[in-house]
Amino acid sequence: MSKQIKEPFLHITKRKEMPAKKAWAIRIGSIVAALIVCAIVTTLTTGLDPISVYGTMIEGAFGTSRKFLILLKELAILLCISLALTPAFKMKFWNLGGEGQVLIGAWATSVCMIYLGGVLPNGILIIVMLAAAIGAGAVWAMIPAFFKAKWGTNETLFTLMMNYVAIQLVAYYIIIWESPKGSGHVGVINQAGREGWLPNIGTNSYWFVIIFVAIITIGMHIYLQYSKHGYEISVVGESQRTANYVGIKVDRVIIRTLLLSGAICGFTGWMMVSGTDHTITTTLAGGRGFLGIMVSWLAQFNSIAMVGAAFLLVFLEQGAGEISTHFGLNQSFGDILTGIILFFIIGCEFFINYIVHVRKNSGKEEA
Amino acid sequence: MFDLVSFIPRAIIQGMPLLFGCTGETISEKAGSLNLGIPGVMYVGAMCGVIGSFFYEHSTTGALNPVLAIMIPFLSCLIGSLLMGLLFSVLTVTLRANQNVVGLAMTTFGVGFGNFFGGSLMKLTGSSVPSIALSKTSIIFSKALPFADDLGWFGKIFLSYGFMTYLAVIIAIITAYILKRTRVGLQLRAVGENPATADAAGIDVNKYKYFAICIGCMIAGLGGLFYVMDYASGVWSNDAFGDRGWLAIALVIFTLWKPNIAIFGSILFGGLYILHLFIPGAGMAVKELYKMLPYLVTIIVLIITSMRRKREHQPPESLGLPYFREDR
Repeated sequence: MSKQIKEPFLHITKRKEMPAKKAWAIRIGSIVAALIVCAIVTTLTTGLDPISVYGTMIEGAFGTSRKFLILLKELAILLCISLALTPAFKMKFWNLGGEGQVLIGAWATSVCMIYLGGVLPNGILIIVMLAAAIGAGAVWAMIPAFFKAKWGTNETLFTLMMNYVAIQLVAYYIIIWESPKGSGHVGVINQAGREGWLPNIGTNSYWFVIIFVAIITIGMHIYLQYSKHGYEISVVGESQRTANYVGIKVDRVIIRTLLLSGAICGFTGWMMVSGTDHTITTTLAGGRGFLGIMVSWLAQFNSIAMVGAAFLLVFLEQGAGEISTHFGLNQSFGDILTGIILFFIIGCEFFINYIVHVRKNSGKEEA
Repeated sequence: MFDLVSFIPRAIIQGMPLLFGCTGETISEKAGSLNLGIPGVMYVGAMCGVIGSFFYEHSTTGALNPVLAIMIPFLSCLIGSLLMGLLFSVLTVTLRANQNVVGLAMTTFGVGFGNFFGGSLMKLTGSSVPSIALSKTSIIFSKALPFADDLGWFGKIFLSYGFMTYLAVIIAIITAYILKRTRVGLQLRAVGENPATADAAGIDVNKYKYFAICIGCMIAGLGGLFYVMDYASGVWSNDAFGDRGWLAIALVIFTLWKPNIAIFGSILFGGLYILHLFIPGAGMAVKELYKMLPYLVTIIVLIITSMRRKREHQPPESLGLPYFREDR
C-alpha cells in the first residue's frame, strides 16, 4: 500500500451568508434554467413547439377573468395549506400530515352540513362547521405532536400515516353518504337549500376564500416574525437544547404550534367544502398537503415569499390543465413539469449554502 | 367458513409489491436516507417496464420469445428506477438537499411520469378503454410451476405464483442477511447510525449512501413492475397503483427495518387489504375501514417502539439528516 495522500479535486465549504439579493438571483436563475429544460422535455416527449406550449399555459392561467379567478382561488388554497405547515417546519417538525388534516377538517364540515343542515339557521350552521373543522384539524395534528413531545416518536412517519387514516375514514363516510347510491360520490351537498354554503360574491364565493387567506398570510407573517410565540418557534427550530436552557418549554411549544398548524389546515378544509367545492372526495386535498411543504420550503418559511412560490406551482397546474385540453395531452404532464422545476430549485440551494473550491496547487501541500 | 386456501394466495399477491418497496426503502433508510420518493419510484419502475414490453409486444408478431419478454421490461424497469435513485442521491448526498423535500418532489414527478406516459401509450393504441393491456407479457410473468395444480392446497399456497413472487422473497432474505451478517451491512448501518463516526473509521459515506439509495430504488421499482405484470395481469390504468408506495413505507416501520420480517408483514398487510372480501356481510363501507388497519397498526408500532426505547428497534439514528463532513 502506497502512502499517497489523496487530496480531493473539489473542496466544499459552507458559506457564511449570501446576500439576499444574490441568493434570489440564483433561485430565479434556476427557475429559468428549469423552464428551459422543461421546454426541451416538452419537445422531446410530445413533439410540440415549447413556446406555443408556454403561451397556452399563460393563456390557461390568465386568459379570461374567470380563469384568473380560478387561479387566484387555487393559489389561495395552496397558500393556506403552506402557511399552516410553516410554523411546524420552522420548528423542524416535519408535518407531512397536511393532506390528512385538511381532509379531516373537510370531513367535520361535511358532517355538520349533512346532519345539521336545515336544523340550525344558516349563519349558526356555518359557525358550527367552522368550529368543527378547526377542532378536527387541530386534533389530527396534535396526536403526533403529543407523542413527539412526550416520547420523541418520529413525526415524519407518524403524520404521514395519519393522512391515510383520514383518507380511509373519509372513504368510509363517502360510501355512507353517497348519492345517488352506488355512484361512489357524495355529490353536491345541500344543493337545493344551500345550507352551510358560504354566501356568494358575484357568481361564487371564491372571493371569501381569497380574502380569508390574505388575512391569514399577513397574520402568519406577524405571528412568526414579531410575536413571542414566533420567536420561541425559531429557537426550538435552531436547537432544542438552547430552548431548554433559556427556559422555553419545548414540549408545550411543539403541541401549541401543531395545534395552530392543524387548525389552519382544518380551516382550509372548511373553506373547500363550504366555499368552493360543496362536496367531499378522498382526493379533496389532491396532494396539496405535500405541495404545501414544497412551497413553504422554497420560500424559506417567509410568508410573503410563499405567495410567489405557491403562484408558480398553481400556474403550472392550471397551465397544464389548459395544454391538456388544447393539445390533447393528459393532465399529468403538469406534474412532470412541476417535478423538474422543483428539482432545479432544490438543487440550487446547494450553491446558495456552499462554496465549491477547485483545488489549484496539485499535490504540493500536505493535506 | 373462512376460505384460507384462497385467501392466502391473494394476500401474498397483494403483499409482494409492498415487499419489494419495503426492502428497497429499508436498504436506503439503513444508510440514513429517508426516501419518500419511493411511491414515485414504483410508478416510474412500473411505467418503464410497461413501455419496454409495450414496444416489444407491438414490434413482434406471433409468439413472444419468453426470455426477451421478461428481460426487456425487467431491464427498462431497473434502468428507470436507477435513474430516479441517482436523482435522489445527487440531490441529497452530493448537493445535500433536504431528503423529505426531494422525496416528495420525486413522488410528484414519478406519479406524473407514470400517468402521463400511460396516457400517451393509450393514445398510441387508440383503444377506447383507458388502460393498456399487455396480456401476452403478463402470461409469461405470472407463469406458475406446471405441477402446482397437482399438489392441492400445498401447491396453491406455496407454488402458484409467478417467478417475481419468489424473487421478492429471495431479495428480502438476501438483504436481511447482508444487513445483519456481513461487513458491508455493518458498515452500511454505521453510515445510517452515525456517518461522522463511520467516516472516521474510513468508510466512504457517500459511496455507501449512493449505492444504498440506488439499489433500494431499483428493488422498489421492481415492485411496480410486479404490480402491473403479475397482480394486474398486464393491465396498466392510470392511478391504479394507488397508495401502495406509502403502504410500503409504512411496512418498513411496522417491520422495524427488518426485511426478513417484512416477508410476513407484507402478506399481513396484503391480507388486511383484501380481508373484506372474505368476511361475509362486510359492506362496501366497512371495507374502507379495513384498509385503514395497516396504517393504524403502523402508528401503534411507531408509538410503542418510541416508548420502549429498545435500541435495536429504533429508526437509524441519523435518518433524514444530511451528512457534511466539515459541519462541526
